[in-house]
Amino acid sequence: MSDVSGYRRPYFKTQPDYLYPPYRSTVKRSPTKPLVMLPHTLTEVTGPVFGRDDVKPGDSDLTNQHDGDPLGERIVVSGRLLDENSKPVANALIEMWQCNSAGRYRHVVDDHDAPLDPNFTGWGRVLTDAQGNYRFMTIKPGAYPWRNHYNAWRPAHLHFSIFGLGLVQRLVTQMYFPGDPLHAYDPMYNSIPDEKARARLISQFDWERTIPDIALAFRFDIVLRGRDETPMDTRRS
Amino acid sequence: MSLLTTASQTVGPYLKIGFSTLVFDALAAKSAKGEHLAIQGRVLDGDGKPVNDGSIEIWQADAQGKYASPEDTQDKAVEPGFRGFGRMLTDADGAFRFTTIKPGRVPGPGGALQAPHLAVVLFMRGSLKHLLTRIYFADDPANAEDPVLKLVPAERRSTLITRTLKPGVLEWNVHMQGPNETVFFDF
Repeated sequence: MSDVSGYRRPYFKTQPDYLYPPYRSTVKRSPTKPLVMLPHTLTEVTGPVFGRDDVKPGDSDLTNQHDGDPLGERIVVSGRLLDENSKPVANALIEMWQCNSAGRYRHVVDDHDAPLDPNFTGWGRVLTDAQGNYRFMTIKPGAYPWRNHYNAWRPAHLHFSIFGLGLVQRLVTQMYFPGDPLHAYDPMYNSIPDEKARARLISQFDWERTIPDIALAFRFDIVLRGRDETPMDTRRS
Repeated sequence: MSLLTTASQTVGPYLKIGFSTLVFDALAAKSAKGEHLAIQGRVLDGDGKPVNDGSIEIWQADAQGKYASPEDTQDKAVEPGFRGFGRMLTDADGAFRFTTIKPGRVPGPGGALQAPHLAVVLFMRGSLKHLLTRIYFADDPANAEDPVLKLVPAERRSTLITRTLKPGVLEWNVHMQGPNETVFFDF
């Protein structure tokens, strides 16, 4: 069997390093020895497949999981899942989790003095369609303090977990909201060295997908790594 | 055209909210062909303290060396019902445990066969992007010729290899730092 075609390595400075001391928890949890460069083999270019048995249509609506409506601003969050070569990634599983509108997670270790919302779990998932589109209905999460440094606050964000076609396309990221003054102060956001790559984590206000009288909308396109396509030699001698 | 890949961000301390509905710690049905095994271990930080807010994902081939993925074009049938994907959340001791079958050998660079291995994706608070490592099996003669293990400095290879606790029960730990720091891959 011939070698599989691997995926391109990330562009210089567009991904965070493991060690980023301004985010304190990285100090004891990042490798200190050199990483070993891994060629992409069949193991790395294959990945798990999820389907309609795993994901129910209602799973993408985080406002409809309890008897009552959650508190907060209802929002539609949608976008496309593509690879670097602009190819849509279809039937991909996207998991999403978040805090409530007051900035509190439904999690045992979150002791922030803000109310839990009995009508909000903060979890959803969706499969992308044939064109790579996905859509969530949720409420806008609040900002919240954390103990990384004095007066540290996380900007409002949603957590995304994405399974692509191959193991090396696996991605967990966070989506931010436009115009949030906390971006400048956030070590996680600022851990990405390249300014353009950083800004790509900020969603765009999406007027065309707002639902009159119901919800505002934000657009967040997600790009997974692309395959190193065999280059066609078009040079003329 | 080339788009810019979306940057990674940490799962943070509340990953359980997002991950717990999709936990698979039994990767193979009882009827699945192959050697059935349990693998257990702990994830420890640079101070040797348990990483109690992490997740371990496993990706592996079936006993015939076939992945349950359309990207695997080998002319073999995949074990019926075998998905090859596992996910566990670490507990208060940083511990995890899963059961599976020992995978078959899959092709590697240049068509050479790789030794049986599991790919391991590790997420935790404090990790701005996930870590990728592998589990190989103790005493498997194929380890000596594995093209990926050969890339790992000899003195660090043992961090990728299980220890047999008793027949069918294997141990494999993750040390984020320290003298036994686990080998992580640049992928």
